Amino acid sequence: MNLYTWLQLIIYFGILLLLVKPLGAYMAKVYQNERLALDPILGPVERFIYRLSGIDSRTEMTWKTYAVAMLVFNIIGLIFVYALQRLQGFLLLNPQGLGAVPPDSAWNTAVSFASNTNWQGYGGETTMSYLTQMLGMAVQNFVSAATGMAVLAALIRGITRHTTKEIGNFWVDMTRSVLYILFPLSLVLALVLVSQGVVQTLSEYKSVTSLQSGETQLIAVGPAASQVAIKQLGTNGGGFFNVNSSHPLENPTPFSNFLEMLSILLIPAALCYTFGKMVGDTRQGWALLTVMTIIFAALLSVAVWSEQGGNPMFAKLGVDQMQSAMNPGGNMEGKEVRFGIVNSALWATATTAASNGSVNSMHDSFMPLGGLVPMWLMQLGEIIYGGVGSGLYGMLAFVIIAVFVSGLMVGRTPEYLGKKIEAYEMKMASIVILIPVMLVLIGTAVALTTEAGRATIHNPSAHGFSEVLYAFSSAGNNNGSAFAGLGANTPFYNIALGIAMLIARYWLAIPVLAIAGSLANKKKVPASAGTLPTHTPLFIVWVIGVIIIVGALSFLPALALGPIVEHLMIFG
Amino acid sequence: MKEHLRPAITLLALLTIITGVIYPLTATGLAQVLFPHRVNGSLIVIDGKTYGSEFIGQQFDDPKYFWGRPSAAGYDASASSGSNFGPMNPSLEEVAQARIDALQAADPNNPLPIPVDLVTASASGLDPHISVASALYQVGRVASARGLSEAEVTSLVEKYTEGRQFGIFGEPRVNVLLLNLALDGLQ
Repeated sequence: MNLYTWLQLIIYFGILLLLVKPLGAYMAKVYQNERLALDPILGPVERFIYRLSGIDSRTEMTWKTYAVAMLVFNIIGLIFVYALQRLQGFLLLNPQGLGAVPPDSAWNTAVSFASNTNWQGYGGETTMSYLTQMLGMAVQNFVSAATGMAVLAALIRGITRHTTKEIGNFWVDMTRSVLYILFPLSLVLALVLVSQGVVQTLSEYKSVTSLQSGETQLIAVGPAASQVAIKQLGTNGGGFFNVNSSHPLENPTPFSNFLEMLSILLIPAALCYTFGKMVGDTRQGWALLTVMTIIFAALLSVAVWSEQGGNPMFAKLGVDQMQSAMNPGGNMEGKEVRFGIVNSALWATATTAASNGSVNSMHDSFMPLGGLVPMWLMQLGEIIYGGVGSGLYGMLAFVIIAVFVSGLMVGRTPEYLGKKIEAYEMKMASIVILIPVMLVLIGTAVALTTEAGRATIHNPSAHGFSEVLYAFSSAGNNNGSAFAGLGANTPFYNIALGIAMLIARYWLAIPVLAIAGSLANKKKVPASAGTLPTHTPLFIVWVIGVIIIVGALSFLPALALGPIVEHLMIFG
Repeated sequence: MKEHLRPAITLLALLTIITGVIYPLTATGLAQVLFPHRVNGSLIVIDGKTYGSEFIGQQFDDPKYFWGRPSAAGYDASASSGSNFGPMNPSLEEVAQARIDALQAADPNNPLPIPVDLVTASASGLDPHISVASALYQVGRVASARGLSEAEVTSLVEKYTEGRQFGIFGEPRVNVLLLNLALDGLQ
């Protein structure tokens, strides 16, 4: 941990937190249908979309209508992406002549991108045509992110409104999220990334002559920058190339890396401020952001420390792992020199705290505790910043649990932001928290007890167990990153992980909308002396406690069989 | 349900046009104009011959060249890949030992310790860089293979050393392909 390690971490947090307020305030305006600076350009486009689609932007929906609209839109998107992959061989923009994607892989990828998971069983440059990447992947990157943001906006309205059944209009929230937030941010980011060396072209792969051998080296290129920008901003994470953002043409410089890392947490963090702004008390948003940041910082330090410490096996071979001004040192297996240890560990932590799942290093090659950090962050339910929208609505489910438990302790009816929390909300919040736990643990158990699940494990011993646990943690929480040694492009994993992703996304979004509908329908309770304030340090510590206890109780036994035992085997 | 079909299909179609066609084409158009060298992979063209991309590493194992990171992809830039070996995997120890043996066989009298990035596979299999320590480790071998003085080679290494970006970000590093092109008098 030298000076530059600290400096890069401090600058990262500093700039992230500086951007929270301006972007958060802007997004609040987007969801409250206020005037925006981009109105003169995008307003006509927005109105044209509504007119052509037959959307009346002034009518609002009940939670059930909202949920059905969301599901219909997502299912149609899913079918479209599936069809596109199956038919790409007959379509244009396919200079490498790539054929149809097999059905099980196409199903997995369609679910993966519609559900904002972006788990990749396939290698981008060897599987997907440019057309599939553009019309399938890139579009789902936008609309799956916007789906999460829309559901969050609906939940916030449910909290702020009273005695109404209406929680907003899904079509409007979807359209405005894409047009006013994701589209402009992505365009700017894409261009800055190209300036650093990310490719953006529709031409075929480049043939060059290798210097030493004189043989031809075929370099995959493509419209990568535009896709990288949205995959980072929309917490999607699906790489253009097989190795995602460790590929030098997807992430060529330390500065492109900084921007891509910043983009992972940018919108999820800023949405906390949006939340505070919309409920009329920004302290509420800052409190939740503080909860997230404390857990993040604690786990980040474990990851950096673990990776910088290096691998005793290399020490035994006499290899120099000492960090110095000339040597990044540490466990460099599966890492790029330009990023070194700190930027690899920071990325791994950020991408799993948020449900992004892009990588700039190979998590499978991390030291046991370095790999435990991203795994556990996913298992906590993707709420430490989390996915765009989905992270905060998952966090609010934990807040409901925390408020409820604290209410029980003092014997008062629990309330949050002027709304009574009753049995119905508790049931729904419990579903939100328990379903991913169930998916991860049952999925892992099924995979390990079947030949098909064990056949494609890459690493021996406890690490092989970790590969499977990681895969289901990732799919069951819509993250998408992988211990990539696991051969996941098999019918078993394509189908099993596809089911996990589908359930994790929609069986959580629907109860969240149910909470929104129920809260919107309630009367507002004025705060009294007995009301538990939900912006204080005490409450922050309390929520952290609830998250950690639930996360630890659910997953400690599983983690003990994987990374913890591996750590003890190496260092014990 | 049925009343949602028209908005869902039309909206998806329109957003597909906006984010799947207009967005990437606008980005491509603007980028082609603003950064014409960058959009196509930052290719190194010398006297009409394309030697590679400044961001994509190549295979080097001849003693007269600097060697790059070990690659699990064999530097196949159309199929990027890492090794995904876990930290205890016996295969990792085996390949690391083989790399150490190869480095020592090519330069038996080198007293310096081998830096870790020279025996570990990169994440992409295409890492264009090595650490400064790894470049300096190889100076003696390259100099004697080429009949140059160590000072000459060291000064070339220094010339192709990139510092931390803006003095802060990333790690100091040496671009292997650019350095080797310079050694061959091509830069």
